[in-house]
Amino acid sequence: MMSRTTLDLWVGFFVALGFAALIFLAMKVGNFSGLNSAPTYTVEAPFDNIGGLKVRAPVKSAGVVVGRVAGIRFDPERYRAVVRLELDRQYAFPRDTIATILTSGLLGEQYVGLEAGGDPEMFANGDTVAMTQSAVVLEKLISQFMFDKASETPAPASK
Amino acid sequence: MGGSGCGKTTLLRLIGGQLRASSGAVEVDGREVAHMGRSELYALRRRMGMLFQFGALFTDMTVFDNVAFPLREHTELPPSVIRDLVMMKLQAVGLRGAHALKPAELSGGMARRVALARAVALDPMLIMYDEPFAGLDPISLGVVGQLIRRLNDALGASSIMVTHDVHESLLIVDYIYFVSEGRIVAQGTPDEIRGSTDPFVHQFVNAEADGPVAFHYPAAPIESLLQGGRP
Amino acid sequence: MKSVLDTLRRIGAMTVDGVWRVGFATRFLIAILMYSGQSLRRLQLTMREIYFSGVLSLLIIIVSGLFVGLVLGLQGYETLQRYGSSEALGVLVALSLTRELGPVVAGLLFASRAGSAVTAEIGLMKATEQLKAMDMMAVNPIARVVAPRFWGGVISMPLLAAMFSAMGVFGGWLIGVVVIGVDDGAFWSQMQAAVDFRYDVLNGVIKSVVFGVAVSLIAVFEGYDCNPTAEGVSRAITRTVVTSALAILALDFVLTSFMFRGQ
Repeated sequence: MMSRTTLDLWVGFFVALGFAALIFLAMKVGNFSGLNSAPTYTVEAPFDNIGGLKVRAPVKSAGVVVGRVAGIRFDPERYRAVVRLELDRQYAFPRDTIATILTSGLLGEQYVGLEAGGDPEMFANGDTVAMTQSAVVLEKLISQFMFDKASETPAPASK
Repeated sequence: MGGSGCGKTTLLRLIGGQLRASSGAVEVDGREVAHMGRSELYALRRRMGMLFQFGALFTDMTVFDNVAFPLREHTELPPSVIRDLVMMKLQAVGLRGAHALKPAELSGGMARRVALARAVALDPMLIMYDEPFAGLDPISLGVVGQLIRRLNDALGASSIMVTHDVHESLLIVDYIYFVSEGRIVAQGTPDEIRGSTDPFVHQFVNAEADGPVAFHYPAAPIESLLQGGRP
Repeated sequence: MKSVLDTLRRIGAMTVDGVWRVGFATRFLIAILMYSGQSLRRLQLTMREIYFSGVLSLLIIIVSGLFVGLVLGLQGYETLQRYGSSEALGVLVALSLTRELGPVVAGLLFASRAGSAVTAEIGLMKATEQLKAMDMMAVNPIARVVAPRFWGGVISMPLLAAMFSAMGVFGGWLIGVVVIGVDDGAFWSQMQAAVDFRYDVLNGVIKSVVFGVAVSLIAVFEGYDCNPTAEGVSRAITRTVVTSALAILALDFVLTSFMFRGQ
């Protein structure tokens, strides 16, 4: 059997390497800031249609991630989807902020975009976003486009 | 002493508390082994040494570490004292020069002697030997036999030896029990055994093929088979 | 009719045997945990086992991780570039590794490299009566032999899985960025945006810890439970590898369905 110090050295090297790999995964591969230890506040936003929005999708304002979708539930009284947004406490938004469901790229994932308004009062924890804009559903968009095209060009082959 | 599979090793396991008797009682040093809890049993086993059939040395340790194992596990002695104790035990079995070897590098007889040194490392009151002569050449056999006797006398311990090697054991033991099919069939000092007229002892000591222990496994007479019967 | 009854009887025997083994393994685990105090106090024993199951598995884990990453990079790029989103290569490589491939493949390699070695070692000690000898010397073999090997495996496995994932990401980067020429910044930034520490990385680590416990328990149990003959030991080694692989895949399914539900 090898001497005790050599063995200790190898084990130490091994454990250090393992933790280095873990730190690499945490810092370089994942966003360690997403540990959710940063203080957050919650607002709710009702949408007519959320499309393919998923829990944990990012909430962005001006393209910067300011929070995450914490939960989605259906409101059976008004037949709307209520999305719970967890926003970073360091970012405050005016009460007339508009929440929109957007898509990154043509087929990319969907996220919630916040467009700040001009109200001097800011959102507090548990507030509801008054102005929302639903997801653009691709099928509707296509059918609308076809419909428009059809009405634009009446009887194309008359000449 | 007794034939293979007659329950000799089982007896040692019962004494060491590794098996519990389904009936009857085993007492060691006036205490019933089967009623002991684990810690009591372990306290008892510290005062027992056991030599296993093929030594059962720890293959991942050197000879030195093997003999030092019980000392390190059960005492808080400083390394220098352990070193001296181990070397003394190895000197007693004549293998001080082999302390750095691995068990794989030892011959059968040497391994048995190392195991003997390990069994007596804690100066036990009772030493058990399970077939100490199995698979040894005549020279090693003589060496191990003499060692067992000498160590026992030097330690003032009791020894129980389980064996089927008649001649070697008759030279070193004080008293013999013959076991067959789980029962004691004969007993006596070596001289009584040599002069015994008991058919079982006679067969065993003289290594005869047929006797109370039959050569043939019970079967119908061979004539009936040859005449077309079922085997 | 007779063959049907025979089949039923065989199924029954297998079931009873299986239940018995699971129950026995559970009791064994409890015994290991009970006697773990000693092996953790005498850290040197556990260190030695970390060396044998961890350090000696290092090479196979690192090389395999690198190759898995390289293949993921090639195949991922192949598919992603058809949709014009080759920058998402980093996301694909990192997510598949941290969530699934890292813990699972590292676990399978660990079972066949370290688990089988532990089974062989304990089985051989049993076959040569070393365990009984230890017991007769008033040293509990579960505390002295089994528990350190169990903990060595439990500690090594998550570290190995992390190394596997890290090497895989590196391999994906090597193929994607260095060889194919995907933009370096986009590769990392898209990865970081998509991979969440708690959700993806930490869940992967939890998986690898669970696999570590499962493989180590199976390995020490099969070794301790084997028939003390040469044939019994070799059969126990085979069982360790097969049972570990099945346990890893089944546990992975269970854990995944709990961790990544509704995503």
